Amino acid sequence: MLIKRKTDLTEHDVTPFDLYKERRRFIKAGVAATAALGFPWLVQAKLTLGKITPGPFSTDEEKTPYKDVTTYNNFYEFGTSKAEPAINAGSLVPDPWSVAVEGECDKPGTVGIEDILKNHALEERIYRLRCVEGWSMVIPWVGFPLTDFIKRFQPNSKAKFVEFETLNDKKQMPGQRRRVLEWPYVEGLRMDEAMHPLTILAVGLYGNVLPNQNGAPIRLVVPWKYGFKSIKSIVKVRFRETQPLSSWEKAGPKEYGFYSNVNPNVDHPRWSQRRERRIGEFGKRKTLMFNGYEDQVASLYKGMDLKKYF
Amino acid sequence: MPVYLIKPLLFTLCLLPTALLGWQFYADELGANPIEALTRGTGEWTLRLLLITLLMTPLKRITGWYWPIRVRRMLGLFAFYYACVHLMTYLWLDQFFDWDEIWLDILDRPFITVGMLGFVLLVPLALTSNRYAVRRLARNWKRLHRLAYVIPPLGVLHFWWLVKADIREPAIYAVLLGALLAVRSPEIRRRAAGKTAQQPAG
Repeated sequence: MLIKRKTDLTEHDVTPFDLYKERRRFIKAGVAATAALGFPWLVQAKLTLGKITPGPFSTDEEKTPYKDVTTYNNFYEFGTSKAEPAINAGSLVPDPWSVAVEGECDKPGTVGIEDILKNHALEERIYRLRCVEGWSMVIPWVGFPLTDFIKRFQPNSKAKFVEFETLNDKKQMPGQRRRVLEWPYVEGLRMDEAMHPLTILAVGLYGNVLPNQNGAPIRLVVPWKYGFKSIKSIVKVRFRETQPLSSWEKAGPKEYGFYSNVNPNVDHPRWSQRRERRIGEFGKRKTLMFNGYEDQVASLYKGMDLKKYF
Repeated sequence: MPVYLIKPLLFTLCLLPTALLGWQFYADELGANPIEALTRGTGEWTLRLLLITLLMTPLKRITGWYWPIRVRRMLGLFAFYYACVHLMTYLWLDQFFDWDEIWLDILDRPFITVGMLGFVLLVPLALTSNRYAVRRLARNWKRLHRLAYVIPPLGVLHFWWLVKADIREPAIYAVLLGALLAVRSPEIRRRAAGKTAQQPAG
């Protein structure tokens, strides 16, 4: 049994995260200023997030603790266990970083991460995340709608799908030395899924930049699909006329489909998807259709046999 | 080391994983998903002890020591013990005795089907591990206990079918198991015996 001893302290007695962050920022700024005076070469440009406003679609469910969000990860580029990414992701260099946009669009190009952070208004979106393995979390992401990003490159009429690629670099991503999956990690969305207001590019969580193990410096978040669709550490975006083949589809075409919408009625061939364990909770809860975003996204799949297009 | 020392030593060693997992669970040190970690931990110890039990006979044959045979039953029973804890973790902590779900799992999920089959086959072995049963069953005891060669492959399969993409760990168990079964094949035993016989004496 998991016996949690009650303490007299409540959640409210903890230093509020904002205040804690403020203090960190103050200390960091102080250290940086001191360093800049004497040793200017020591001052490293570090990614920071600007103003963050509350965004739409946020759930008021209890958030999964920061520690769990950042130590229980599936990120095979840093190892296949849940704990390895947090241990191994220190080798990733999220800054400088750039994202190349190509394919069926009028204005292809490469944008740096600073440019992305500068040009998009950041919102906090508290979303449910449901992993295909049967566990879930509630994560306060910081990001902006993918559609805003897409529009900058003016996709043409042939652009029916968007394909994403993760960084492919054995030195930064030691897990890529083993071919557990085909590298680089590839994911894709239909254009209307990509342009849906729920779909965001996340650059942070809990008000701060993304920790490396969570997909720094920029990742996709598609909350009504299983977690593996939300590709991490993106370096390439490609507009395509044909449906991309994702890494997990390649690895197991009978088990992982292109759509991979959260669906309690369509089981993974090897395990049930009817229920899930919310991290931090003891029992299991029912999995909701489209992970609880049915009202927003069901229309995207009207008339489709979701057992066939799983 | 004499057997009367080896046996209690091994007994204590076999209990260590329980103590460690129990402590980590109590102290909330099993990570974000403690139930998964506990299920995984007890499952892996079941598999390890099944393989260690299978190692005893070849170990005796190779070294000539007698103690491996004297501790074999105890190790087998420990494998059964970890299988019980593993099953209880699944039934209680993972499924909360939701029998409908559990029954569907057994029917629909091949990895759970083979795992459960392995456990069911272990039960008669544990029940007939006492001296009385050995005497009572006579020749049938040996036949029954050949299941010891069937159950570990089911365990490895149970693990193999569970993992998503990284099959390294189950593959390691499969190789070890393959080796333990191979050394038992009459062909290999004959050759090994032949080789020793051809060695010049003195």
